[in-house]
Amino acid sequence: MIPEIGHLALILALCLSVALGVLPMLGTYTGQARLIMAARPLAIGQGVFLSISYICLTLAFVYDDFTVQYVASNSNSALPVQYKISAVWGSHEGSLLLWVLMLSWWIMAVSQFAKSLPPIMLARVLSVMGLIAIGFMLFTLLTSNPFWRYLPEGASEGADLNPLLQDFGLIVHPPTLYMGYVGLSVAFAFAIAALLDGKIDAAWLRWSRPWTLVAWGFLTLGIVLGSWWAYYELGWGGWWFWDPVENASFMPWLVATALIHSLAVSEKRGLFKNWTILLAILAFSLSLLGTFLVRSGVLTSVHAFAADPERGFFVLVLLALTVGGSLLLYALRATTVASRTVYSFWSRETFLLGNNVLLVIAAIVVLLGTLYPLLLDAFGGGKVSVGPPYFNAVFVPLMVLLIIALGIGLLAKWKSIETNELTQLLRSPLLVALVLGVSFPFAYAGEFNASTALAAALMVWLIMTTWTDLKRRIRHQGWQRGLRQLNPGYYGMMLAHLGIGVSVMGIAVVSHYEANHDIRMAPGETLQIEQYAFTFEGTRDITGPNYVSVQGVVKVDEDGEFYTYLHPEKRTYNARNQMMTEAAIDPALGRDIYIAMGEPLEQGAWAMRIHFKPMVRWIWLGGVMMSIGAGLAVWDKRYRRRRPAKTSAA
Amino acid sequence: MSEQKSSTMQRLLLLIPMVLAFGLGLFLYQGLGKDPNKLESSLLGQQLPVFIGESLNAPIKAIATDDILGTPSLINVWATWCPTCKAEHAFLNQLVASEGVRIIGVNYHDQREPAQQWLAKLGDPYEFSIYDPKGQLGIELGVVGAPETYLVGADGIIVDKITGELNERTWAQLKPQYDELMAQAN
Repeated sequence: MIPEIGHLALILALCLSVALGVLPMLGTYTGQARLIMAARPLAIGQGVFLSISYICLTLAFVYDDFTVQYVASNSNSALPVQYKISAVWGSHEGSLLLWVLMLSWWIMAVSQFAKSLPPIMLARVLSVMGLIAIGFMLFTLLTSNPFWRYLPEGASEGADLNPLLQDFGLIVHPPTLYMGYVGLSVAFAFAIAALLDGKIDAAWLRWSRPWTLVAWGFLTLGIVLGSWWAYYELGWGGWWFWDPVENASFMPWLVATALIHSLAVSEKRGLFKNWTILLAILAFSLSLLGTFLVRSGVLTSVHAFAADPERGFFVLVLLALTVGGSLLLYALRATTVASRTVYSFWSRETFLLGNNVLLVIAAIVVLLGTLYPLLLDAFGGGKVSVGPPYFNAVFVPLMVLLIIALGIGLLAKWKSIETNELTQLLRSPLLVALVLGVSFPFAYAGEFNASTALAAALMVWLIMTTWTDLKRRIRHQGWQRGLRQLNPGYYGMMLAHLGIGVSVMGIAVVSHYEANHDIRMAPGETLQIEQYAFTFEGTRDITGPNYVSVQGVVKVDEDGEFYTYLHPEKRTYNARNQMMTEAAIDPALGRDIYIAMGEPLEQGAWAMRIHFKPMVRWIWLGGVMMSIGAGLAVWDKRYRRRRPAKTSAA
Repeated sequence: MSEQKSSTMQRLLLLIPMVLAFGLGLFLYQGLGKDPNKLESSLLGQQLPVFIGESLNAPIKAIATDDILGTPSLINVWATWCPTCKAEHAFLNQLVASEGVRIIGVNYHDQREPAQQWLAKLGDPYEFSIYDPKGQLGIELGVVGAPETYLVGADGIIVDKITGELNERTWAQLKPQYDELMAQAN
């Protein structure tokens, strides 16, 4: 019964979305206030029904209703309950429902928190989001319905959730990432509403900024969680693989990063408005493209969903309607009146434009690398993958330029700055960055190394330019009053920028100084890495709720004294008879010790993978800082001030 | 008048994103329904492409198609940046040691020094490795991504191929064909 209620609720949510997508929009053109006012209740309605639908599917998982096909193929009665709940998004159908659920929550949030928006504007924004919801609910119902039953008889036991996904990382990673993906639809809807309205004014920009920041914050956190999960769960010891699915989340992130900066320029200076609109459209389009790449089976990936051309075709049609439609609207309605605002070359505007261009180029580079196999295939060249060498070669220089531009842009002023003054301001950050950058590898490892020196220099450059800017801002008030006077947005920006430095540092150090040993270890053997001695003491058998496991016991000594025991595991999951590697990790801010078990060899010996990863945590720490920075910026009072709706229904 | 003209011009420029998106859509459309693991220009059943390449271990030594012919062999595409290659490496070593299978490596999109260190550290199952830093031989072979393993007869005909890790399970797929090739060759 419960799955039927869920199914019905999903259909009702679809009906309400159709109403939401059509009626308020119609009302804004015919001037019928009732239709315009219907937007908010409809938004709430579809959100409530979709939540009911989602809860029903979750209940089907919790109560082991294996007559439901989707439950039977992704759960098992022995699965711990937290994984039964997360198994809802463990495969295509359910994760799509989660995607739609997130969208409906964003719609509800907009309808609640944007009350002071002009009613026409709000109606159009909600209608556009309703239209997107229609597309994805139809997609769910027609091609990927999670509520189908095995009738008349169901399975007696489920096939279990893929063991890779039975993990805390999977509980938190997809919802966070989807919040980010889907959140970009708000900026998109605002952009479309502005295009329909024909004017892009400061009010529009101020409204869409906090939404975009929240979405960006979630997206950042989602990517970080994904990277962290891949690191400890896949057992490969890497943290980023340039896999198509990873790229699918990275492209919208790059464009959304450009968007939050361009929104700032547009709001403060009234410049780049067309560009901002285009970025808002592109950011969401790329998140849709990601959905297509992951779910259509056109590319190979470690974690693509089951390939299904029919589904792929459906998403492609959705993509064509959304992206094609919005870009056509853009071509027809974007303003061609050149902005009269002037700015000189040496100004913050120039460097923010530089930031935008670099980020968009980076996104294109990732897009080409991801689609290259497909493009080459289209020209009859066979399917080839380009792999990390390509990405690293083009990506690193772009990021270096970006960080340099970031520092200069931070210290330049709006409109223009005297070159003398700018050089004056930049001189000491540059000097300190060069000196500390060059000395870092000597201090850290005793010998010079160009890539870590560069990373350290960039990080110091970020810290110093941020510091110089901060000093300049509070020079008249003194520290105490000055710091209090700065708004949360400024602190958010500082934190996010420093986060980039922290991540870059982590990436460079771990890439260069990591020590990876893949060796055969017999019980009693010892391996020495840096100050740590690893002694393999043997294995023992362990039984978990739905798996059996061989657990290795590795004693770790630091400088000859006992430090800790680490227990890597090789698990075999009962239901699927699938082997899984559980790495044992001793984390610390300065370094990770990472041990994974490979294959059993003769006489109790094992192939062991022992990695020493200095500063790998910094990569994720930086991402978390960026995400918190976005959160702080949203807290800014400017966004919460109620403005009387001046430009209401004309 | 000229202002109007430039405005039309700008309008046309605004169309560019849509045109690009449309082109991309077409590409994606034609990619649908094709199995990405399957070779479009499938060389299965065909002769190895003719090539001359460099040896990984001895930079001056040239390797050509003829060096591969004569004995049924596995051609294994690998790289140090590829985690799965590392995962299958022990199995390759074991295959050479226990069954005496001849394996030839193609070091794909890689750098010479780390690749040599990798072999020194993990053991070298390959009779020789062809150094293919730009992936040219990879393109000729139709490599999707590392690792990939081709089964080639003594006459240079590509009989079968495994995309992804070579392990007990996937080797079981190749072994009967390999045994047959060996029987023919002797």
